[in-house]
Formats: sequence, structure tokens, C-alpha cells
Amino acid sequence: MTTPYAIYPARITERRAETSGVYTFTMRFTDPGIRRSYRFKAGQFNMIYAFGVGEVPISIVSDPEEPEALQHTIRIVGRVTEVMGRWKVGDIVGVRGPYGNGWPVDEARGRDVVIVTGGLGCAPVVGLINYIFRRRDQYGELHILHGVKTPNDLLYRERFDEWRRAPRTRVYLTADRPDKSWHYRIGVVTQLFDELAVPASSVAMMCGPEVMMRLAARAFRDKGISEDAIFLSMERRMECAVGLCGHCQYREYFACKDGPVFSYRAVRELFRTTGI
Amino acid sequence: MTEPMYMPKAALENLIALLRGDGYKVLGPVSRDAGVAFEEVRAVSDLAAGVRDSQEAGRYRLEPGVPGEIFGVVNGAGSLKPFFFAPDENLIEVRREGKSFKSSEVIPPPRRLAFVGVRACDLAAVAVQDRIFLHDRFRDTHYETRRKDVFMVAVNCTRSAPTCFCASMKTGPEATAGFDLSLTEMDECFVAKSGSSAGEAMLERLGLRTASAGEAEQARTLTDRCAAGMRRQLDTSDLPRLLYEQADSPRWKEVASRCLSCTNCTMVCPTCFCHAVVDQQEIDGNMSRRVRQWDSCFSLEHAHIHGINFRPRIEDRYRQWLTHKLASWIDQFGTSGCVGCGRCITWCPVGIDLTQEVAAIRASAIK
Repeated sequence: MTTPYAIYPARITERRAETSGVYTFTMRFTDPGIRRSYRFKAGQFNMIYAFGVGEVPISIVSDPEEPEALQHTIRIVGRVTEVMGRWKVGDIVGVRGPYGNGWPVDEARGRDVVIVTGGLGCAPVVGLINYIFRRRDQYGELHILHGVKTPNDLLYRERFDEWRRAPRTRVYLTADRPDKSWHYRIGVVTQLFDELAVPASSVAMMCGPEVMMRLAARAFRDKGISEDAIFLSMERRMECAVGLCGHCQYREYFACKDGPVFSYRAVRELFRTTGI
Repeated sequence: MTEPMYMPKAALENLIALLRGDGYKVLGPVSRDAGVAFEEVRAVSDLAAGVRDSQEAGRYRLEPGVPGEIFGVVNGAGSLKPFFFAPDENLIEVRREGKSFKSSEVIPPPRRLAFVGVRACDLAAVAVQDRIFLHDRFRDTHYETRRKDVFMVAVNCTRSAPTCFCASMKTGPEATAGFDLSLTEMDECFVAKSGSSAGEAMLERLGLRTASAGEAEQARTLTDRCAAGMRRQLDTSDLPRLLYEQADSPRWKEVASRCLSCTNCTMVCPTCFCHAVVDQQEIDGNMSRRVRQWDSCFSLEHAHIHGINFRPRIEDRYRQWLTHKLASWIDQFGTSGCVGCGRCITWCPVGIDLTQEVAAIRASAIK
């Protein structure tokens, strides 16, 4: 019997700067046995470890069919990620996982998909979009809605442009406080819903501030989408990732083992109240 | 479980000696810092005998008890929790190996522990923690190692503290599971029962006779009377629903105006399991320990992530604690997180009483 806390060394094979303070690292387990047996599902996360500093939960943005090269997009926001921002190709870092349930990509197959993100934390959604693009014929229309406070907050601008040019795909961008460079919509992300025409059989998946997800979920429900087909990725503090440390509790759920993706039906009642 | 046996008080000395002879470190309630704590006992004289505890919300005193009474103290601040779920424990050690590193599990050293004088509520609390650490999706190897090879001698309560409400939580005052031996203390003797084959064997080695019908009846009367006389009660009907539906009750704000968010309730609670996972690096930079330390949902950092605190107000944190303890715990683990030991009431510096809080929330929900 081994401890669920065992950490496995992985080598950084690529470092890409997404924008200032946001980096995507490709990593490969150094142990060939671990590398070959490791599998994950779209939307799952790993605990990423900086030697002697600490661990943070980071979603896997690369494709599950290439489990030997794991990609994680890390935003520098605190003590641990500060150190990770200095990682170079060849450095050995720690990985344990995968954890969490992931996106309902099987359930969404054959249906139109609406993806909503807001703010800066859209890395889990980038993995999801990439996943769908790699299997584009398996999914219906794809709508990507993304809201930011200011144009400077828009990460992956060129990727949004790339997605926009893809067939059967619509991208809607909006900024709360635009500047002269902004030639997309103005306002909060939920204002985009008026122009969004999707069938009730669509599947909605989102990630971002809870207030945004609450409003978006209601808008989807108004469009006739079932509460079981609206999915939210919840962010909570995680220290153990195995449902024991208690930090990620969201009433009866542990975001790390029961989530981080929940159906709106499962969490609707919790959204009425703040501070849960 | 066998029939009740008559056990003279002097036989307790023999029991401790036999357990020690079997290689157990024997722990029982010992007077310590104006209270009692589970510490090593080499003989009956080490136990906090002849004293009783006087408990109320926000108050704990040891007072002279009944001469000859060995288990007069209902409980102290400490439960069995720290012996299995250690307050501060190394989980793994990560050692630098060239450019890489290697993580290895730190297994606690083997030991045999025998607890003498464990109350029914605390046994129930051990079962609750077993469910979390041993029977969930991920099995905690550290808890598992500490938990095995334990001999439990329960003492059925014949007197409750005014803060007790185990009868409401259906965990006591009589121990019904999780023990090897159970004792009911009477004026001149104990009535002993076994709860396992190890307990059975121990009863045989003690050479006891079967208790008379009168003795067994008297023991039962004492625990029944204790249950009936329990002053505090907690109405568990309609949980978890009640607290889920009352997430916006004005009572949360009211209790928050008294709560200091000091974490005492969670530290003395025998079931609270939240812990921090932290890394501690050796000064030479070549080794780093991953350590688990008790944490509390009352700490400001508990629900904090970069830029967001999901429970910034004390009312959020008190609601989290109480709702988890009495409601969401049931959905998570199929059991309440409260065993009715009353410690959170006694050791709250401002005397907040969860039984009163639930009653107030229930009362305001009705109208």
C-alpha cells in the first residue's frame, strides 16, 4: 500500500509564455513505467510540486490521447507559482494525479456545445476546446463565449482568432471596460446570451467567477437547456486532492473528488447563498 | 458479546498489568493542567480517580469527587483523535537526487496502544474517523498504521456532564460497539462485558465470575438513568435538510457576533478532520518534508485561494462548521459528524452551544 501523497518526478520539455505571468509547461514523467501507465480524462487536474516549496492543483490542458506529454498552464499568483514561473526546460518538477472528474465530453458527443469563460482563469476550458477541435466531427456547433474586465486581461488572443476562423464555430468576446483597441462586444459576458441561438439539446460547460456562472446557468435554463446539461467547473482551495484535507468542501461535495465539474442541478441550491 | 461479568475494582490493576505485559502502552484519563488527558498509566494510581469534572458552556473545573470512584471524570478536552489522526505528522520525505528527487513515505513506528476509560461518544468518534480515513476513496496509510493494534476498554457513563448530549446523537451513554471490553463502574465493583474475541480472552485471563442478575440489572439502570437525565438535547430530525434550507437564516449573523473564530471547537472535536498539507524544507536544501497539521474551517485561510476568500465572514465559517458537522457530513460519509460529547460547548471561550444554535435555527425556520 502506498500513500496517496507520493510525488513523481517529471522533466520540463517545453516552456511557452502565453502572456506575461502565464506559462504553459510540457512535462514528462522521468520514470518510464509511470509515464507509460499514466492516463487522464479531459478536465482532470494534477498536483504540481516545486521541490521544497509546495504544491498547487493545475488542470491538464493537453490531450488525453497523449498522456506521456502533459501540459499545464500556470499563472503566477502566489508563493508557489512564483517559483514555477522560473522553471526552465530540463528542470525536474513533481507531479501526482490525475484527480477530479473532468468535463463531460462523452455526454456532449453529437450535440452542440456552448463554452463560457470569464476572467483570467480559463485554462481548464482551453483544454476542453482543444479536445473538441481534435475531434471536431464528433461534436455539433461550438460556441465560445469569453468575457474579460479589460482588453489586457484577454489571454490567448491569437487562439480565439484561430478558433473564430474554424468551421461550425462562433467566438464571442466581450470586455467590461474596453479601450480603443477593442473591436469586440462591450459589457459583461452574460449580455452575449441575447444573441446566442442554441438548441435546447445543447450542452453548456463553463469556468470562471461564480457570479458569472450563476447568471450564465440561468440564461441557459431560459433557453431550454436542461440543468443536467449545464456544467460548471468550481474552484476551491485544495491541499490534498484526495478528499481528506477538507479545504475544498462545497457543502456536501469535495471539489477535488466529486468535482471540480458539477452539473447545475447538483449545485443550483448552493448558488443562492454566498460564503458557502 | 458475552454475558456481563462481575469485576472487583482491584481487578483493574490486574487488567492494566496484563495489557502492559502484552506489550501495550496503556493510556487512560490522567490529571493534567487542571483537566484530564489520555496519558500513560502504569497502575490504577496514575488515573484521575476520586475527582469529577464540572462542565458548562465555556467552563471546565475538576472538583473533589466520590472516594473510591475511579472513572469520575466524564471527559477532558482531549479525545482519542490525536493518537490516530496525529496533529502534526510527516507524510512523505522528498530527497534531492542530483537534478531530480525521490519521494518516500514516512511510516509511523509500530506500537500497541490500549486505552482504558474510553467513553461511548469517543468510541463513536473513532468510528466516524475510521469511515473518513479508512473507508473512503483514498485510504490514509498513516491513519491506518496508527489505528491498528489497539485495545479499547470502554467505560459506560453513569453520570453525564451538563454539556453532554450523546443520547440525542445515539452514541451513548452505553458503549455498544468498537470496544474490546466495556466496564460499568458501580460503588464496589465493575460489570464487565467483552466486545471482541480479544476482550473475551482478556476476561478469561482475569478469572472473573458471571455477574448476578441483580448486578447486571443495576449496571443497566445506571446507564439508563444517565441517558434519561441528560440535560442537553439536540433534535436531529430533518437533518441535513434543515440546515441546507436555512443557509440564509439570520441566526448565522447573530452567532457570528459572539463567535471569536478561535478554532477551539474544531481542535477539541473528536471527529473534525480538516488538515493543512505543508512542505517544510531542511536548512541544507536537500530534503523536504510534507507534513500534515490539524487545520480548522474557522481559520481565515481555510477557503482562501489567490484573490478570493470563499468564506470571508465569521458567519460563513460558523455556518460551514455547523452545517458540515450536522448535515453535509451525513451526505459525505453516511453518518453525522457530531457524537454529542459536548466538548465544543465546554471549550468555547464564549460558551456558544451548538444545541442552542440548532434549536434557534429550527425555531426561526418554522415561522
